[in-house]
Amino acid sequence: MVPAIQVEQVVKRYGQLHALAGVSLEIERGEFFGLLGPNGAGKTTLISILAGLNIATGGSARVMGHDVVSQYREARRALGVVPQELVFDPFFTVREALTIQSGYFGLRDNRAWIDEVLHNLDLTEKADTNMRQLSGGMKRRVLIGQALVHKPPVIVLDEPTAGVDVELRQTLWQFIRRLNQNGHTIVLTTHYLEEAEALCGRIAMLKQGEIVANDTTQNLLKRFPGFYVKLKLDPQVLPAALKPLLTHANEAGFRLALSDYFEVEQVMAALRAAGAKVLEMEVLQPDLEEVFVKIMNRQAA
Amino acid sequence: MSGFYTLFYKEWLRFWKVSVQTVLAPMLSALLFLLVFGHTLRNTLEPYPGVGYSAFLVPGLAMMSVLQNAFANSSSSLMQSKMTGNIIFVLLPPLSHREFFFAYLLAAVARGLICGAGVLLFTVWFVDLRFDHPLWIVIFGLLGSGIMGVLGIIAGLQSDKVDQLAAFQNFIILPLTFLSGVFYSLHSLPPLWQGLSHLNPFFYMVDGFRYGFFGIGDVSPWISATIVAASLLALSFLTLWLIKTGYKLRH
Repeated sequence: MVPAIQVEQVVKRYGQLHALAGVSLEIERGEFFGLLGPNGAGKTTLISILAGLNIATGGSARVMGHDVVSQYREARRALGVVPQELVFDPFFTVREALTIQSGYFGLRDNRAWIDEVLHNLDLTEKADTNMRQLSGGMKRRVLIGQALVHKPPVIVLDEPTAGVDVELRQTLWQFIRRLNQNGHTIVLTTHYLEEAEALCGRIAMLKQGEIVANDTTQNLLKRFPGFYVKLKLDPQVLPAALKPLLTHANEAGFRLALSDYFEVEQVMAALRAAGAKVLEMEVLQPDLEEVFVKIMNRQAA
Repeated sequence: MSGFYTLFYKEWLRFWKVSVQTVLAPMLSALLFLLVFGHTLRNTLEPYPGVGYSAFLVPGLAMMSVLQNAFANSSSSLMQSKMTGNIIFVLLPPLSHREFFFAYLLAAVARGLICGAGVLLFTVWFVDLRFDHPLWIVIFGLLGSGIMGVLGIIAGLQSDKVDQLAAFQNFIILPLTFLSGVFYSLHSLPPLWQGLSHLNPFFYMVDGFRYGFFGIGDVSPWISATIVAASLLALSFLTLWLIKTGYKLRH
């Protein structure tokens, strides 16, 4: 089966700046894929090339097997893009915006699906409201609706939850998860790493226009073995023997980095020897944020 | 085809939703021109034998309205979409460069013709107007609005900010329209200015359009039509190429 997205050696230059320096990537159908990286890493540039908004300086990109330049009609029909910027057309109502967007894709009578999209995005009551009168969160939802009017098999969401309140974020993710379960391939960029960790099956990390990691979320989390122990002591003094393990200290307690469960015993022994009483103790697994920071820093070194 | 139709419909809806500004206002300003110039100059000039100044003025004003509004429609729509970023709504779908071009063009032609017809409808009660060659009126209405619709697309693509488009409008479109013989017959000018006016493409649109009303013009309508149609064709190919290569649309 043809992958949902194939990117081969894509290069994008803006004058002297290498926004993308030869990126290759394959995303299988049905995946929930995360594209992470700091600002300016090239995530949006890569998405724009897939969508035909930007033209690559070199290399090729395909959506559902269709080249985004030479077969742009098929490629764009297969792709739904939710842009990062909160854009809208102030002349139209929500329903008009969705109906017009359908028409661009050659769908004349799309009312039933538009109604369903409106319902799923909790916009039914706002269907006849002008775009100008909507809150930011609602405009965001309309953008998602506009990306879905043509039922694209591949959906790209460029930081869809930026500036969206917690409640909406939850309903949004439920909706997008359901789309994924129904067979849509989802590509997501986000700054909320806990979201990426919870949702994405596979994650690629971009840095300065290059892919520095591309693996399943589980493998990425296992990549840096070890775990953390959070301690609250009485008195609040860490024995000197444990200082080398310390990563964080604040009024809530100390956080120690351990590489093996065997070391817990040594920590306890050191605490006993110093006469410190343990008030609270918690074992923490490393999260994606730490993996992310480590990968980004390792590359810099 | 459906993509083209939708984009045209969207553009059509856009100007009708603000029709007070896009249709009514141009009609009113044409009427003001007619009242002021028509009144002050009515006894002093007879541009063509048997044609009073007010009657002479009306086709010129109608054509000016056609030209300015056709230009305003495509240029401001594109520029605003680019500025606000909602241009991506037409860049993401599988619209071809031809669909894109003809949709914006046709909407501009529609608005230009509606404004021109409105001006005629508004003013025909105040002057004694003839309609000697209606076919020429239609042909020059279409050619004029077409050429301005295309120029509007170019200006809209080129401009990233309001002031860039305003400069285009104030320093190119407005002088060329005002100096195209809307308010006077070329024969009333000194030879040098007559010669220079023949280099102004807008002159042929106005003159040919006026010929349709009175059967008299400064040049033959065939010459005017040929020049205007050739310019329209050349500009259209240029614009299609610009859109195809993604000029200032796809980076």
